[in-house]
Amino acid sequence: MYDDTIAAVATAMGEGGIGIIRISGENSLEILNKVFCSLKKNYRKGYSLEPDSAGESINLPVENRKLTYGFVEDNFTGEKIDEVMAVYMKAPHSYTAEDVVEIQCHGSIVSLRKILALVLKNGARLAEPGEFTKRAFLNGRLDLSQAEAVIDLIKAKSDKTFDVALGQLEGRFSKKIKEIRADLVDILVNITVNIDYPDEDIEVITYENLIKGIKNVKAKVDSMLATADTGRILREGLNIAIIGKPNVGKSSLMNALLKETRAIVTEIPGTTRDTIEEAVTIRNIPVKLTDTAGIRHTEDIIEKIGIEKSKESFNKADLIIFMVDNSRPLDSEDREIIEYIGSRKVIVIINKTDLEGRLHINGIKEMLPQGIFIEASVANEEGIDKIEDEIEKLVYGGQVKQQESLMVTNVRHKTLLEEASSSLGDACSMAEAGEALEFLEIDVNRAYEALGEIIGEAVNDDIINEVFARFCLGK
Amino acid sequence: MGEYDVIVVGAGHAGCEAALASARMGKKTLMFSINLEAVAMMPCNPSIGGTGKGHLVREIDALGGEMGKNIDKTFIQSKMLNTAKGPAVHSLRAQADKNKYHVEMKRTIENTPGLDMRQGEVTDIIVENGRVCGVVTKTHTWYKAEAVILATGTFLAGKIFIGDSAFSSGPNGLAPSCELAANLKKHGMKLRRFKTGTPARCLGSSLDYSKMEEQRGDEKTVPFSFMNDEIGDNKGLCWLTYTNEETHRVIRENFHRSALFGGQIEGIGPRYCPSIEDKVNRFADKKRHQLFIEPEGLDTDEMYIQGMSSSLPEDVQLAFYKTIAGLENIRIVRPAYAIEYDCIDPQDLKLNLEYRAIENLFCAGQFNGSSGYEEAAAQGLMAGINAALKISGREPFILGRDEAYIGVLIDDLVTKGTNEPYRIMTSRAEYRLVLRQDNADQRLTEKSYKIGLADEERYRRYKSKKEAVEKEMIRLTEKTVSPSEVNAFLESHGTSPVNGRISFAELLKRPQITYADLKEIDDETRPELSYHEVTQLEVQIKYEGYIAKQLQQIARFKKLENRRLSEDLDYSEIEGLRLEAVQKLNQIKPESVGQASRISGVSPADINVLLVYLEKRKRGN
Repeated sequence: MYDDTIAAVATAMGEGGIGIIRISGENSLEILNKVFCSLKKNYRKGYSLEPDSAGESINLPVENRKLTYGFVEDNFTGEKIDEVMAVYMKAPHSYTAEDVVEIQCHGSIVSLRKILALVLKNGARLAEPGEFTKRAFLNGRLDLSQAEAVIDLIKAKSDKTFDVALGQLEGRFSKKIKEIRADLVDILVNITVNIDYPDEDIEVITYENLIKGIKNVKAKVDSMLATADTGRILREGLNIAIIGKPNVGKSSLMNALLKETRAIVTEIPGTTRDTIEEAVTIRNIPVKLTDTAGIRHTEDIIEKIGIEKSKESFNKADLIIFMVDNSRPLDSEDREIIEYIGSRKVIVIINKTDLEGRLHINGIKEMLPQGIFIEASVANEEGIDKIEDEIEKLVYGGQVKQQESLMVTNVRHKTLLEEASSSLGDACSMAEAGEALEFLEIDVNRAYEALGEIIGEAVNDDIINEVFARFCLGK
Repeated sequence: MGEYDVIVVGAGHAGCEAALASARMGKKTLMFSINLEAVAMMPCNPSIGGTGKGHLVREIDALGGEMGKNIDKTFIQSKMLNTAKGPAVHSLRAQADKNKYHVEMKRTIENTPGLDMRQGEVTDIIVENGRVCGVVTKTHTWYKAEAVILATGTFLAGKIFIGDSAFSSGPNGLAPSCELAANLKKHGMKLRRFKTGTPARCLGSSLDYSKMEEQRGDEKTVPFSFMNDEIGDNKGLCWLTYTNEETHRVIRENFHRSALFGGQIEGIGPRYCPSIEDKVNRFADKKRHQLFIEPEGLDTDEMYIQGMSSSLPEDVQLAFYKTIAGLENIRIVRPAYAIEYDCIDPQDLKLNLEYRAIENLFCAGQFNGSSGYEEAAAQGLMAGINAALKISGREPFILGRDEAYIGVLIDDLVTKGTNEPYRIMTSRAEYRLVLRQDNADQRLTEKSYKIGLADEERYRRYKSKKEAVEKEMIRLTEKTVSPSEVNAFLESHGTSPVNGRISFAELLKRPQITYADLKEIDDETRPELSYHEVTQLEVQIKYEGYIAKQLQQIARFKKLENRRLSEDLDYSEIEGLRLEAVQKLNQIKPESVGQASRISGVSPADINVLLVYLEKRKRGN
């Protein structure tokens, strides 16, 4: 439990040009070898991952403490995911003093998560918050004075995760998991009572029914996995749409939140012709920011497309940030947006407070009574903290509910769902081969546990309790 | 009046094993019983073994205990349960001749050097400076001892309920032990009430077996003890019949007269052993409940009515028994009753079964909140071993959850506690593919030999079985046959032919092929193996893959088990632990991080904090 192989994204999500996936534990190298293909120099320039005609991808062994160039390939589907540099640090000469592998890939959130998901699928477990540091400490790598910090980390992070998990407990996702687990309890109770009470006057379990039951549950798990695979789970965090008329400072806000200049900022209205999406972590919350092109009426065909996209991302958003210009009175375009927002959750940013105020703020407050109002001067980086505070409050205060669950836990969910599915698959083939009950019970039970881990429910004695609740047993 | 190394209070299944183990380990031992007719008495069902319980008996035997040998000498009918399932859950059960079981066990005790037996009621224990040093009996006689084992069963403050009558009594009409209960409380021991029950006994001659289904034992009987190869044939029959709507009506109409529903009983009964009124109440939809009629012995006509324990008044008992097919003219000789008794919270024990607050006081059996002869015997054996080790200044003998059902049983009791009389089940064992009946000797005999309990003869048998199985395993792996030699054989056993050469081991992996079958195509190198050897060989080969998988799980499990925790650790001083975890850890004082992780209320985050603390402390030193 405490010395298996763990993995996580070691760099902050969405905040750098390069991202690093760190893996620690005795299977690190084995996992790297499964997903990594080292390449010789003859690799075509450009973005294609196809080897050129002269060269073939070859699997050179990754040497200890030597950075190796290559690519990550999904060993289940064959899909090439990203060009990467990989390094292997043999125990005990590594951060955690265990075998450590680091995969450096492009900083895009998509490739980071895909690689992480793949590493988890190959047997690593998602690291708990602070777990690398904890292992480093337990293995004698850190200074004694850091012990307290490690404990704080374990406490603080697990508390936060717990809050988020609680929020998710009400969601459709966990409800579905509970339903599936209830199905599994039925199966497990029947297996248990058949094994432990062979002499009792109870219905003997038939393999036909058993297989039907297991297949039925597996289908449910797989259908959940299918939605995960379409990408929501891997791509999405909290969806925030920034809206406001041109030149109100949306791109500047986006840049301020991203902490670097990425979107183009100009004085000409309508520069942002398309919606711009950026993944960013705000106070540890993974967020997908969408900078919209506005929803102003236009005849320009290109802008029209942009506006349609704006509306679409606006409709999908979990939270809206509406920006207004303090230096200009409210105009028809602002009103159009306000009307469009209606009663949805919104943070209203009164921007450009450094300029002379010509805006009737109370008028907007009356129109958007649900809004949270923040005064800011984004260009001067004033008020950004307040905006981040509000986003954090909304998420952990449970006021903003995500349509699906949070990203980090999602990767974990997916891994556990996959484990449940494959265990049920194993149980099924064993049942079909006529293997004895107690062997397939192990796999069914493993599936039950994996689903329990998703919603944080321990196994304990619930099966045995159900056995006695449902069957009349005993002398 | 005497000086002993170890004194055992109680001579039931726990007491007998405890006394024998202690004496066999060279300790001068005295075993008390209120009545010597109650030595190894079976006051409830006349059988030993069953699912999980059969595993316990094999383990007791492998460790050098007596239960397996004794039932082999005294069985009436033997049956291997669960044979339709895999070998990990095959469970042996034998009907016992109760009186003979008692006589044989008593004889063994009489013949054991260094073991004295005394009829007498122990009324107090002597405790000095937090350490037990003897016992006092009803006749104000003092006995000194270095260690005392309490195995009081249902005698301790026993109270019997039949209908609206309730009276102080031990099991089966024997005298209860009331003064001791009061005095244990004075020593600060926290006691609580549990209850159990037993059905009526009737005369076989009053029953009409033609209306029942006959229940035979196995054609080929199988011994419990690894010391026996043959135990002879079955000597009796059991019968199956059912309750009906009329039975249920009679019971339902008299619910108000049951002690159970009348509120007189405060003790908590086991869910797996419900009385018939409880069954009818809780499972109102069930049209019938099965009952087995089982002989109490070969020298008596008394029959046990399994499945029909009750605390209803005698007239109601008679009325509902008479509604059952075959029981119309029943003549009851002993009525059903419920019995309530004092026991401790097993969370007050250490894993070596020593009471945490009183040194050298060991506890076993129903006194620890368990139920069942086998569970009692297993704890008695372990308490006897540990008492002997403790007073010799030796390390405690503790079996892990990965090593034995006995380990699961004791760890469950001590770490998790129990709210009802605890019964073992195979589903309580995480590693049941490894904890099988067939390999109990391979798992445990060597350990027992090392601490000086298992004798030379047993050790020799264990070794020779081990070698024979290993040798034959190699032979079967190396010996191959060609398709022409084997395909006819395969087809005749309903399994598919092969294209290339195949080893005997591979053939044996097929569900349709047994080791006995292989004889047809084997040669003169095939050895003559005993029943125990063949069983283990087959299981090991057939389920190799699963077993390997489970061994890996065990290796992981071991790592946390091996992180020891000191008994003087004050968890309230560890910063970062949640309050609930602090309270639970301070109460139970786990012996390893693994044990700590099984305590309810201790979270994975708490375990992390604990690990960090341990590392910090290690470096501090």
